[in-house]
Amino acid sequence: MANTRTAPSGTPTNVSQKHNKGGIGESTLRPDGTLKVTGEFAYSSDMWHEDMLWGQTLRSTVAHAEIASIDISEALAMPGVYAVLTYDDLPAAMKNYGLEIQDTPVLANGRVRHHGEPVALVAADHPETARRAAAKIKIDYRELPVVTDEASALAPDAPLIHEGRDDHHAGHVPHPNIVHRQPIIRGNVEEARKRADVIVEGEYTFGMQDQAFLGPESGLAVPSEDGGVDLYVATQWLHSDLKQIAPVLGLPEEKVRMTLSGVGGAFGGREDISMQIHACLLALATNKPVKIVYNRFESFFGHVHRHPAKLYYEHGATKDGKLTHMKCKIVLDGGAYASASPAVVGNASSLSVGPYVVDDVDIEAIALYTNNPPCGAMRGFGAVQACFAYEAQMDKLAAKLGMDPVEFRQLNAMEQGTIMPTGQVVDSPAPVAELLRRVKARPLPPERQWESAGEGADVRALPGGLSNTTHGEGVVRGVGYAVGIKNVGFSEGFDDYSTARVVLSVVNGEAVAMVHTAMAEVGQGGVTVHAQIARTELGVTNVTIHPADTQVGSAGSTSASRQTYMTGGAVKNTCEAVREKVLEIGRRKNGSYHPAWATAELLLEGGKVVTDGGEVLADIAELLEGEDPIDIELEFRHRPTVAFDLVTGQGDGHVQYTFAAHRAVVEVDTELGLVKVVELACAQDVGKALNPLSVVGQIQGGTTQGLGVAVMEEIIVDPKTAKVRNPSFTDYLIPTILDTPTIPVDYLELADPNAPYGLRGLGEAPTLSSTPAVLAAIRQATGLELNKTPIRPEALTGTL
Amino acid sequence: MDFLRPASWEEALAAKAEHPTAVPIAGGTDIMVEINFDHRRPEYLLDLGRIELLREWEVGEEVTKLGASVPYTQIIENLRGTLPGLALASHTVASPQIRNRGGVGGNLGCASPAGDSHPALLAAGAEVEVESVRGSRLIPIDEFYTGVKRNALAPDELIKTVHIKNATGPQQYSKVGTRNAMVIAVCGFGLALHPDTRTVRTGIASAAPTPIRAQAAEEFLNAALEEGGFWESGKVITPSIAKQFGELASAACNPIDDVRGTAKYRRHAVGILARRQLVWTWEQYRGTNGRSLEGAA
Amino acid sequence: MRVNFTVNGRPQQADDVWEGESLLYVLRERLGLPGSKNACEQGECGSCTVRLDGVPVCSCLVAAGQAEGRDVVTVEGLADFAKKREEHGHGCGTGACGGGAEGVSTDEAKQWSAKGTDSQTGEGVELSPIQQAFIDAGAVQCGFCTPGLLVQADALLESNPSPSDQDIREALSGNLCRCTGYEKILDAVRLAAARQGEAV
Repeated sequence: MANTRTAPSGTPTNVSQKHNKGGIGESTLRPDGTLKVTGEFAYSSDMWHEDMLWGQTLRSTVAHAEIASIDISEALAMPGVYAVLTYDDLPAAMKNYGLEIQDTPVLANGRVRHHGEPVALVAADHPETARRAAAKIKIDYRELPVVTDEASALAPDAPLIHEGRDDHHAGHVPHPNIVHRQPIIRGNVEEARKRADVIVEGEYTFGMQDQAFLGPESGLAVPSEDGGVDLYVATQWLHSDLKQIAPVLGLPEEKVRMTLSGVGGAFGGREDISMQIHACLLALATNKPVKIVYNRFESFFGHVHRHPAKLYYEHGATKDGKLTHMKCKIVLDGGAYASASPAVVGNASSLSVGPYVVDDVDIEAIALYTNNPPCGAMRGFGAVQACFAYEAQMDKLAAKLGMDPVEFRQLNAMEQGTIMPTGQVVDSPAPVAELLRRVKARPLPPERQWESAGEGADVRALPGGLSNTTHGEGVVRGVGYAVGIKNVGFSEGFDDYSTARVVLSVVNGEAVAMVHTAMAEVGQGGVTVHAQIARTELGVTNVTIHPADTQVGSAGSTSASRQTYMTGGAVKNTCEAVREKVLEIGRRKNGSYHPAWATAELLLEGGKVVTDGGEVLADIAELLEGEDPIDIELEFRHRPTVAFDLVTGQGDGHVQYTFAAHRAVVEVDTELGLVKVVELACAQDVGKALNPLSVVGQIQGGTTQGLGVAVMEEIIVDPKTAKVRNPSFTDYLIPTILDTPTIPVDYLELADPNAPYGLRGLGEAPTLSSTPAVLAAIRQATGLELNKTPIRPEALTGTL
Repeated sequence: MDFLRPASWEEALAAKAEHPTAVPIAGGTDIMVEINFDHRRPEYLLDLGRIELLREWEVGEEVTKLGASVPYTQIIENLRGTLPGLALASHTVASPQIRNRGGVGGNLGCASPAGDSHPALLAAGAEVEVESVRGSRLIPIDEFYTGVKRNALAPDELIKTVHIKNATGPQQYSKVGTRNAMVIAVCGFGLALHPDTRTVRTGIASAAPTPIRAQAAEEFLNAALEEGGFWESGKVITPSIAKQFGELASAACNPIDDVRGTAKYRRHAVGILARRQLVWTWEQYRGTNGRSLEGAA
Repeated sequence: MRVNFTVNGRPQQADDVWEGESLLYVLRERLGLPGSKNACEQGECGSCTVRLDGVPVCSCLVAAGQAEGRDVVTVEGLADFAKKREEHGHGCGTGACGGGAEGVSTDEAKQWSAKGTDSQTGEGVELSPIQQAFIDAGAVQCGFCTPGLLVQADALLESNPSPSDQDIREALSGNLCRCTGYEKILDAVRLAAARQGEAV
């Protein structure tokens, strides 16, 4: 009878509920699906309130400057303008925010550090009035020299992006323009190098990728009578926002009530604050509801991007194909503010070897402070950049050894029991070789599919697509492989937990469960899975998902592939406690009528309490009749992790590892340098597919974002001015349906005994290996080395 | 900002005469982006949406008169046979939704070097019929583009129709973009064979300050086809002719480096497109008129 | 200025419209129809696609004044539009096709909740075949691209009841989706086409 409600975090209970209809493992459909297809789903930009004002942000037009003066008088005098705010109007002593280091000014304080930094705010009765007023604010910038790369950041006379740093990384970084540095030393690279028969070196460049979620930053702040504010917003982590918002407003957290609005995608780009504080400031200043909606142009300045990176790698191998050592240096450009840079450094360094066995390593990862746009979280989080580089290295090594690139990888693939460079033992399945085998075994798509139409070439199946650039001329096929490793959940000793509240009550004679969490549903389908978990654990059909808000404990961020594990785990955990309570009530009410109440393992199934032998003891709804609703809120934690040692990088820093492999088939117009990805097959271990339809959807979506950064996506920053050159969907291109190939998905379910239901976080891994697989395929088609992503046609045609 | 809604062409001309700074809006696919992104605040928007004659076309013996606002979708669906180059170019414009709204008049009015219809018009041969309260005139397409996003319109003139020479031979249009749909041209190239006059014409987009023709390439090819008796024989174009045609098309470019591509790449790509299109159009010519000409010779 | 036009079969009037406003803005902020989405406002993403006199267009690129006297169908009216098309062989021209209250109030915004086992129960909501197919095929994740895709895909199936995969790709090439990788969107259109075929 070990149906314990106080199960230690992360440990599955040893009573398993049997299958319940609509429970885990089924492809149940989204609970918000109908609202989303009818246009009724309320996204943050759809909010509306009587008497509502529009907020507008004035952003810096230069990357690095002192602000000599700001004149708001003309703007303030405009009819329809209710407020114009600058740094001087901030109400509290706290004037900065930040995820880990509070280095980001809410509004510029006499200095701007990147292009597009917020300087002033306007509230007006129409967005055009607000725009016109913002345009009338006069700012006198005194431009400063810009820091844009490692050389300019670490030069002896480099301007310091943040003077007088006192954050917890300041003490160990070699230069104040380095946010954080994480070395990892294991074994002895100098000795191991002597055993190498071949050595391969490479220098790789990863471009700045944007999350490009479709719903731009937006929200509505409504002032309340108690002097507080209600904020409806699209975010990834309500409670983290709250912790950063309240101090700047000078309000206690309970006076800032946050409700999650519909979120139009996130991918890391909503982990940081964007318009939240600004809308609240304007609402409190005007005592009116204020809505802020960024347009696409502003959105490119409104959130952090994926860190661009330079990666220097050296690998050695014996002539029979065994890796001897790896030495690397990864330089991430964090831009003007810290955001998630320290954690990205931890990931990049600790996952820099990839899913391979290498005993002797010498690793260093740093993130720079520069005047480039701030960079932080994006799907894959530091592991993406590393995977691009180490997978290129694997292909180079295989080629040098004359080995098949897949066999070479399989020969060195990690498995359960492998020791990571950090000293952490991989203690659950790591089917790296098997994933590679699966994508390789898949039949190749037919060649020259553009001819299948019969008459002429179907340009839609050719590189260049609708632009009609080739009818087959110059087109060469290439095939490439890659595999990657990603961590799941928050690492390095972070107290990572999720909270779930579950209420079981009787409504119209039926037992109904209500699941209440603060989990940000950003599209991933967490709400679907929560309902499934509740059905499985409580044996009820009817499950309501309460809107996410701050009236319940934190659910952590919808990032790090963690939500199904963590908040899903919390829902499971709380449901188990609710189930125990149901059984308690049952024993109290009916225990004397049937001995099974005391002796048998009891389950909740199909609305009944049943023995594991299938005998029905009671109807749940009848049992709960006359009782108070069972209402339980519990926190759930994964197993603890520790920080990496600052000198050796040793430590059990990660919670769980997750793996995906891709095979890319591309056709390249080698004369024009245009690429058509024909197929991008993925194999991934998901531990347990709670919702197979959603699993496949996540893998296909992640794969496509990896494709994007392989062939088209890059925010281009002018190295002379640090200004963004392409902040629009006209010039920052993301894949269309004609750029996206068939994505066959093969998922394994090898349970991780440490995780709820054995599941493995899955959202990010497919974004890792997709990019290097496409690059490898293009290299095979063209014979070019290609050390930078995204690939530009210029790079394929020698016309840079 | 004022929104002018003329109900007729005459009213539109009068409005434009009264407010020469008025910006005409038809499909809105350019001007609305500028308004939404706060790049432009015209004093007057002159809506041409209610003027039926701008959405009409008339296929004549030798020339098709195309209303300035005929959406690209209509061109693709209805004028593929007479204006194949323009129909191909129309098909590369943005997305289906944009093609449902945008038309050639907007392309000409904006005169962006990246506009997709320009190379097709240059290659086919066309005249732009513009009108004001002072009267109307025909501007040859070769004289229409006067600078970066500048054209030969007077401030009080509006574009009414485009007179495009009906195809007498194969035509092609291609553009390069770093995506397989919905891209602005990194560069574009159009080619039209005119067997009736035994000439070829070309057009280049986004590889010079204005849309241009590759004059030297045309002259070279005209001469080579003539001297080799290709028009009569319909024989296969020699690789050296195709190569040189491509090189001359490249040389006609005067591109810049920008966020969409390097000048070097644009030159390179225009050359490739020119060479490929010569092969495509010539093969098509040989497959149809070519053979019959051969038989007649 | 004042603008009058028909939305989802219902005459609508908007007053004090700023001349630079788009049809999208008027729909979302003045007529309480926020279903059409504002993802790029530059005609690159298709999230704001509506039918304007039957033709799918990006409503962000239609000046509000240009809609004067015209007939607009948005995602909110799509189910009715499809139903009337099936009944009468044409889209909704006259009847009231949904739409209504102004904006999404914060109270309404709090109301959404997951009822029943899944959303196909819909509880009284009638969906068009393409809407149902998007739910069933898993083509909806964050859903921000969904309204525009639905309007565009519905128009595709109206003109081409059995499109090839490449036809679907071409027709939807102006609708960006960042979540799904498009595979399940293709599935949804195939599914709707197949169901439509069976029904005939």
